[in-house]
Amino acid sequence: MHVPDGFINAPVSVATGVVAATGVAVALRGARRELDDATAPLAGVTAAFVFGAQMLNFPVAAGTSGHLLGGALAAILVGPYTGVLVVSVVLAVQALLFADGGLTALGTNITIMAIVTAIIGYGVFKAGLAILPKKRSSVPVAAFAGAFLSVPASAISFTAIYAIGGTTDIPLGEMLLAMTGVHLLIGVGEALITAVTVSSAVAVRPDLVYGARGLVKPLLINGTAEEATA
Amino acid sequence: MGAGHAHALYVRRDSVVHRLPPHCKIVATVGFVLAVAITPRHEVWAFAAYALLLAGVTVVARIPFGTVLRRMVIEIPFVAFAFFLPFVARGERVEVLGLALSVDGLWGAFGILAKGTLGVVASILLAATTEPRTLLLGVERLGLPPLLTQIATFMFRYLDVVADELRRMRIARAARGFEARDLRDAKVLARSLGALFLRCFERGERVHLAMLSRGYDGAMPVLAEVGASRRQWALSAALPAAAGLVAAAAWMAVWTLR
Repeated sequence: MHVPDGFINAPVSVATGVVAATGVAVALRGARRELDDATAPLAGVTAAFVFGAQMLNFPVAAGTSGHLLGGALAAILVGPYTGVLVVSVVLAVQALLFADGGLTALGTNITIMAIVTAIIGYGVFKAGLAILPKKRSSVPVAAFAGAFLSVPASAISFTAIYAIGGTTDIPLGEMLLAMTGVHLLIGVGEALITAVTVSSAVAVRPDLVYGARGLVKPLLINGTAEEATA
Repeated sequence: MGAGHAHALYVRRDSVVHRLPPHCKIVATVGFVLAVAITPRHEVWAFAAYALLLAGVTVVARIPFGTVLRRMVIEIPFVAFAFFLPFVARGERVEVLGLALSVDGLWGAFGILAKGTLGVVASILLAATTEPRTLLLGVERLGLPPLLTQIATFMFRYLDVVADELRRMRIARAARGFEARDLRDAKVLARSLGALFLRCFERGERVHLAMLSRGYDGAMPVLAEVGASRRQWALSAALPAAAGLVAAAAWMAVWTLR
């Protein structure tokens, strides 16, 4: 969920704004390494993709539906730095034009939905790849873990920001439990979609998937990949 | 890419607000939202004043009120959250219709609803009076890194294409009798997303090469220079200035009452 205006008080909003700006500045430098001269066009098309992917609602349970955050997915597909940029741009455009998420909460939204999801999602993904056997079929498994943990991590970081600068006094322990619980469930959906998206991308164009670079030996894995993925 | 380039959010009118340079409007919107954000939530009249200011802008910009109201449905998820606050927040309680509600929670819910709604309406007005393309030009003029605005520009150019691809896939799924019912169906949707990513990215590569061959050097040429005169700045400053006054008055009221 995008944080609206009025949720987090002004000083903390400014502080998260500084965190977000720093994160985006670091990502700007890093992204040039990931995509070289084609950074802007390819990051732009990925941003449009994330925007589109967020429009795709999937049913969670009993009438409720959720949509993708996309932070972990973007980080795995185009690299963590570009991923942060892509999701930040999506969030900024949503706040400016689509009134989705408040303008004063933009720093908070970028911090929890772009930076935290990319760091946790990609970090867990990389750690997973290091543990799992060096095969292409490991990629979706690691992507599942990364995406799954990125959602509750985002929820926990929101709770932490709320604990410092929340505008209403809610029992924080219960809020943390509720937020984490709900988002573990949402995380399953996020993880499933991320893993299948990554696996179908890896199956066709492994060279395009940033997170799978270095593992590409398509001829060796042909045939065995299908069984191991499921 | 046969789709029209004017975006659905933009409401084509000829008004003072439409003619203002985009960066002035962005600064005005952000200024307004900031003033709203720092206003103490117990001063209910201040929020009524803000709403009147926005209504004034809506009239001047000749945007139909119905359009603004219809677009406000985006708010519904956080309205739901605000609804829970009076039940879960701590502190002093009051009896309302036989339910013990937290006073702080009620104020919290009011604050979120009021500030959130004002923010939403301000963004809706900005989007309705400014074309996305010029809006991005405005953001760039405000000194944001060009790489960021370029990503946003490309995103906008591809957005309709992506939406079309998605719709094509949805029709294809529906033609094969697919209907998303529970979480297990997420797999089918995710396969579509995988295909969507590849189609998008490959198109992006193709377009990038085509751009390179036409002389793209990492920056988009600026076709129409959007400068702002002092008068235009002054005009666009009216909204945030008025909002600033309201915020200041609200704080004055809080301090004098103590």
